[in-house]
Amino acid sequence: MSENILKIRDLSVNYHTDRGKLKALRHVNLDIPKGSIVGVVGESGCGKSTLITSIIRQLDDNADIPNGLIEFEKQDLLKLSQDNMRNISGTKISIVFQNPMSTLNPVISIGRQMIDIQYRDKISKKTKKQRSIDMLTKVGIPDPHIQFNQYPHELSGGMQQRVSIAMALQAGPSLLIADEPTTALDATLEVQILKLLKELQEEMGCSILFVSHHLGVIAELCDHVVVMYAGQVVEQGSTYEIFNKPAHPYTIKLLECDPASISQKQRLLPSIPGEIPDLTNLSGGCIFKNRCDQSIDRCDQYTPILKEFDNTHFVSCHLTEL
Amino acid sequence: MKVAIKRISSDPLGLLGLCLVTLMVVSALGASIFAPYDPIQLNIMERLQGPSAKHLLGTDQLGRDLFSRVLFGGQVALKVAFLSIGSALIVGIVLGLIAGYGPAWLDNSIMLLFDTIRSVPTIMLALVTVAFVGASLTTLIFVIAASSIPSYGRIVRTQTLTIKSKDFVKAEMLMGASLPRILSIHLLPNILGPLLILASMDIPSIIALEAGLSFLGMGVKPPTPSWGSILNDGFALIRNTPWPIIAGSIPLVLATLGFTFLGESLRDLLDPKLRKSL
Repeated sequence: MSENILKIRDLSVNYHTDRGKLKALRHVNLDIPKGSIVGVVGESGCGKSTLITSIIRQLDDNADIPNGLIEFEKQDLLKLSQDNMRNISGTKISIVFQNPMSTLNPVISIGRQMIDIQYRDKISKKTKKQRSIDMLTKVGIPDPHIQFNQYPHELSGGMQQRVSIAMALQAGPSLLIADEPTTALDATLEVQILKLLKELQEEMGCSILFVSHHLGVIAELCDHVVVMYAGQVVEQGSTYEIFNKPAHPYTIKLLECDPASISQKQRLLPSIPGEIPDLTNLSGGCIFKNRCDQSIDRCDQYTPILKEFDNTHFVSCHLTEL
Repeated sequence: MKVAIKRISSDPLGLLGLCLVTLMVVSALGASIFAPYDPIQLNIMERLQGPSAKHLLGTDQLGRDLFSRVLFGGQVALKVAFLSIGSALIVGIVLGLIAGYGPAWLDNSIMLLFDTIRSVPTIMLALVTVAFVGASLTTLIFVIAASSIPSYGRIVRTQTLTIKSKDFVKAEMLMGASLPRILSIHLLPNILGPLLILASMDIPSIIALEAGLSFLGMGVKPPTPSWGSILNDGFALIRNTPWPIIAGSIPLVLATLGFTFLGESLRDLLDPKLRKSL
C-alpha cells in the first residue's frame, strides 16, 4: 500500500443525548491511500455522516471525541487550532454534499459564488472568473460562459451537482469527501456524475472518500470499500474482495439485499430482519449478533475486533477465526 | 424589471391593479397640483352640493370641495400605509433575524413578545393608545406598525431558521465568514422576496384600517382630510345627501382592489415555486 493521505485510528464519537450517551462511532480505523477512491457503505444511522463531520470537525456541540486520531498529511486534525483547520478545509479537503439544491445560495449567481469561494487567492477577479469557467468546462457544463451568470434554480439537479463538484475541486484539494453525492439524482445522471468524478480524480490525482448506501455505485467507483454497521467498521478491503469474497455476515446479507442482484420477480424485496441496536445502551459482544443468523455463543460474550482476514482484507467476526 | 412589467401586463387583473395603484399614487402625490380647491377651505355658501362642473364630487356640510379632500385624503392613506409597513418591516426583519440566528433564550423571549402583541386586537390597541396619547397621524402609524411587526418578524425568523441549516450557510461559517456577511449576503436576500409580497398585500388592509380609525375619530385630526373622516361626515348627513359617502368610499374601494390585485399578481410572479425563468 502506498502512502496514506488520511489515517483514522481508533476514532470514537459520543453524542450526549437526553437518553444518555450515544456511542455513534466506536474504534473506527480507516486509511485512504494517496490517489485512490475509498467507499464507505452502510445503512442509515451507521455513523457514515458522523465520520465525515468528525473529519471536517463540524460535529454538533453535544458530541465529543473521547479517543482517536485523524491524521491528514501528517497532521492530527483533531489537535489543530481553528485557524489552521480553516486553512485546510476548502483548500486541501473539499466536500460535496448530498443535496445540490441546498449547497448553492438560490439568490446569488453561480459565477459570483464560484468567485467568492476563491477568496483566499490574491489574484485578479478576471483570473478567478477564467478559472471558474475552465472548471465548469471540465465538469461538463455546456456553454459555461452563459451558465456562469445564471442562478441555481435555472439549472437542473445534475447540473447543480456538477457546479458543486466544480467548486469543490477548484482549489485542487488532495482529499475530496463526497457525501452521497448521487442520492438526489436519477439513475442516468448518477452514472454521469460517477464517471465525471472518476475522470476528475484521475486527472487531478486527489483521493476521494465516497460515502453511499448504494452498493452498485460503490462497486463502480471505488478501489477500497469500508463496510460500517452501527458505528463500527465490520469489514474493509479492496472492492473485488468485498464484492466477491465477503466475509462478514452483515456484508453478505447487504449484498443479498441489493435489488440489482434480484433476477426473478418476487413479492417482497429481501431485507435484513431486526433493527440496529440502541447505541445508547450497548450490551457486550458482537454488535451484529441479534440480526446474525450464524451467531454462536462466543458472539454474546466477546466483542470481535477487526483482524486481517486476507492480505488487505479486514473483518471483525468470530466466525472467520473458527 | 422589464420582464416583470411585461408579465403583469399579460395578467388582466394585475394590469388593472397596477393602473389603479398608479392612479392612486399619482393623484395623491400630485394632490396639490390636481386639486381645484384647498381641501380645508370653508365655503358655507356652497355647502352640501351635489356633483357639478365646479365641484366634481360635490361639497360637504362646511362647503369644502370633496374632490380635493379625496385627493389629499389619499396622501394620508399612503403615508400611513408606507410609513407603518416600512417601519414594521425594518423592525420585524431585525428582530426576526436576531430570533432566528441568535441563541435559544433570545429567540424564546422575542417570540414571547411577538405573541403578546399578537394577542391584542389591533383596533383595541389603537383605541387604548389613542385614549392615552391622543389621536394623531404619528399615533396611528405607531399602532399599525407595532401590530404588524410580529407577523413580519415571525416570517423572517422561520425563513432564517430554514436557510441557516442549508449547506451553503454552514460552509460559510466553516470558512469563518463574518456575521454581517452571512446575514446580508446569504440570509437577507433569501428572505426579502416573500416578505415584500406579504407587505404589498397588507397595504389595502392598512388603508382600510386607517379609514376605519379615522371614521371612529381615532385617526387623523380634523380638519386634515382622510377618506375615513369624509365617510364619517357623510354618515352624519346621510339623510341630506349621499355624495360624501360616495366620495369617501369609491377611492377606498378602488385602492383596496388595486393593491390586492397587484399584490396577488406580484405573488404569482415572484413565488419561486411558480417562477420559471425571470
